[in-house]
Amino acid sequence: MSNTVIEVSDIVTRFGTNIVHDGANLSVRQGEIYGLLGGSGSGKTTLLKQMIMLLHPQSGEISVLGQKLSTISRTDSAILRRNWGVLFQSGALYSSLTVAENVGIKLREYTDLPLKLIQDIVRMKINMVGLPETAAELYPAELSGGMVKRAALARALVMDPALLFLDEPTSGLDPVGAEAFDNLILELREILDLTVVMVTHDLDSIWSIVDRFAVLGEKKVIAEGTLNEIIENPQPIVRQFFGGIRGRIRSQNGK
Amino acid sequence: MHTTYSHKAQLKVLKTPDATIVFKSSGNWTNNALVDANMILDQFCRTHHNVTIHWDMSNVENIDSAGVMLFINYYDLLKLNHCNIKVIGAKSEHEKMYRLLRKYTSKDTRKPADFYSVFLKPLDSIGKSSVAFILDITSFLAFVGENFVHLLYSLLHPRSIRFGAIVKNIEEAGLRAIPIVALTSFLIGVVIAYQGAVQLEKFGANIFIVDMIGISITRELSPLITAIVVAGRTGSSYTAQLGVMKLTEEIDAMRTMGFEPHRFLVLPRILALMISLPLLIFFADIIGIAAGMLISHLHLHISFTEFIHRLQSVLDIKHVWIGICKGPFFAWLIAAIGCYRGFQVSKSTESIGRYTTISVVNAIFLVIACDALFSVLLTELGI
Ligand SMILES: Nc1ncnc2c1ncn2[C@@H]1O[C@H](COP(=O)(O)OP(=O)(O)OP(=O)(O)O)[C@@H](O)[C@H]1O
Ligand SMILES: [Mg+2]
Repeated sequence: MSNTVIEVSDIVTRFGTNIVHDGANLSVRQGEIYGLLGGSGSGKTTLLKQMIMLLHPQSGEISVLGQKLSTISRTDSAILRRNWGVLFQSGALYSSLTVAENVGIKLREYTDLPLKLIQDIVRMKINMVGLPETAAELYPAELSGGMVKRAALARALVMDPALLFLDEPTSGLDPVGAEAFDNLILELREILDLTVVMVTHDLDSIWSIVDRFAVLGEKKVIAEGTLNEIIENPQPIVRQFFGGIRGRIRSQNGK
Repeated sequence: MHTTYSHKAQLKVLKTPDATIVFKSSGNWTNNALVDANMILDQFCRTHHNVTIHWDMSNVENIDSAGVMLFINYYDLLKLNHCNIKVIGAKSEHEKMYRLLRKYTSKDTRKPADFYSVFLKPLDSIGKSSVAFILDITSFLAFVGENFVHLLYSLLHPRSIRFGAIVKNIEEAGLRAIPIVALTSFLIGVVIAYQGAVQLEKFGANIFIVDMIGISITRELSPLITAIVVAGRTGSSYTAQLGVMKLTEEIDAMRTMGFEPHRFLVLPRILALMISLPLLIFFADIIGIAAGMLISHLHLHISFTEFIHRLQSVLDIKHVWIGICKGPFFAWLIAAIGCYRGFQVSKSTESIGRYTTISVVNAIFLVIACDALFSVLLTELGI
């Protein structure tokens, strides 16, 4: 359970003169649900995009599933890309394709499964993320914000990836939907042996499903560990973040 | 027996003496390795009904949702064919996965493609597109109706007319179109003069080129050609402008502020085009006749004075008026279609392109149809 899947070491990221990361380190282990926390603009999305090779850090090294991203070959990166699923902060569904086509596109491009089976898998994934079956034929423009998130999750899950990257998956969902979403992630993790990296602000998710997480701040990872480890952390930024949660834990324990 | 590569999903169909059939599956039942297993199962299901099957899953190494889905599909299909299936030796994690996916599989068991559906499909799509066509027409009529209501209102309250917007649109649709209209009508004049000159020369009836150019250009060609150029130029830009405003929810924002889009966006555009198109047609008349005059001079040696003198005596003013009077009708069609299609743009980026194309195609078709109607009507009326 404890071999490392993602290792981020000493990365430095700059946009012009704006330094976003200055020596950030973290590691994600096999089979865990790993959270990335931090204030708005602290570079969570940027870090996630670096892990999935959309952005490259100015210096430092990221390795994913044993591959160093700075020196990875074309074929290896193609294999990596097949083995992960990504849910973008804004969904990023293809606007010219229906939900069903969006979800099925990787299966159609990368496998030679018969069309009917692909349709069945797509329908099952759509059910799984809690979309109504009628949504399959809709275009992204016809969906609500929460439905876009679900459809994007179905698309990320369709190939049964080993690694799942989620950027604020539960923002924009109603509390009931968010809880169902969390449960689904847990269930999938158990069955598919998923490793999940998620950016989240949702205290409920942090409390209920995240195993370990990193808090970004001051251009670094200022704390990393399990919830219990981190709430003992004396740093002011961390304390600000969890000032509320401590009380919640106390009351939960009191029950 | 069927054998496949060791790492791919495999399925061996074994017959036992007591008439039970054993499926021995092994290998990786994952999305990139399922093709052979699918083929074998497909074949089996076509030929076997009412049998007892023991499906041995004990040698399956990895399975993912594609593999489980394949299993579920054929399991259900065989059940439907009255087969008796027993699954043996499934690993517990595979079973867990099966249970999870089963929960989310749709309940409807689909039968193999219906015989009738193949025949009904074309009818079905004909029906659907007819309904869509009728709905399209009704919603266009609704748009036109709404537009007339606003027009009437504007006429009763002239101060609510957006004169500034009208002037701006006249500049866009009229003034800026002058170069391209000039060029096309010049070329049309040249073409008509050349074609006519060759024929008339044979009869020595050179001077009749004036009748031919004068009447055909003013009455038919310049209204039609100008309208087509304007449909391509202005109709498409109306659709794209309004479409982008719809996309960015500007139109909704206008509605909430009480700015009726019909009054602020549609009417000025329609009125502007109805004013500019007749003027453009008149302009095209002049250029077209001038081009004809030039060619007659070069090719048939008819001097400019001779040409103009003849033109005055043969070209009834009614032909020019008929041509110009078509202008507002064509303009209304082009602008109304352009705006209507613009409002139909939905939230996807692609639909702007689609509706712009549709708008131009519709506008050009309707202009030509309307022109044909004019021809028939006016001829019947003896004008
Ligand atoms: N493409 C870019 N060009 C320039 N600066 C960028 C770019 N992308 C991100 N940034 C900057 O990097 C910083 C971190 O952005 P990032 O999107 O990673 O924040 P975040 O932690 O995901 O915030 P949020 O919680 O609001 O999503 C911000 O200051 C942002 O302005
Ligand atoms: Mg972000």
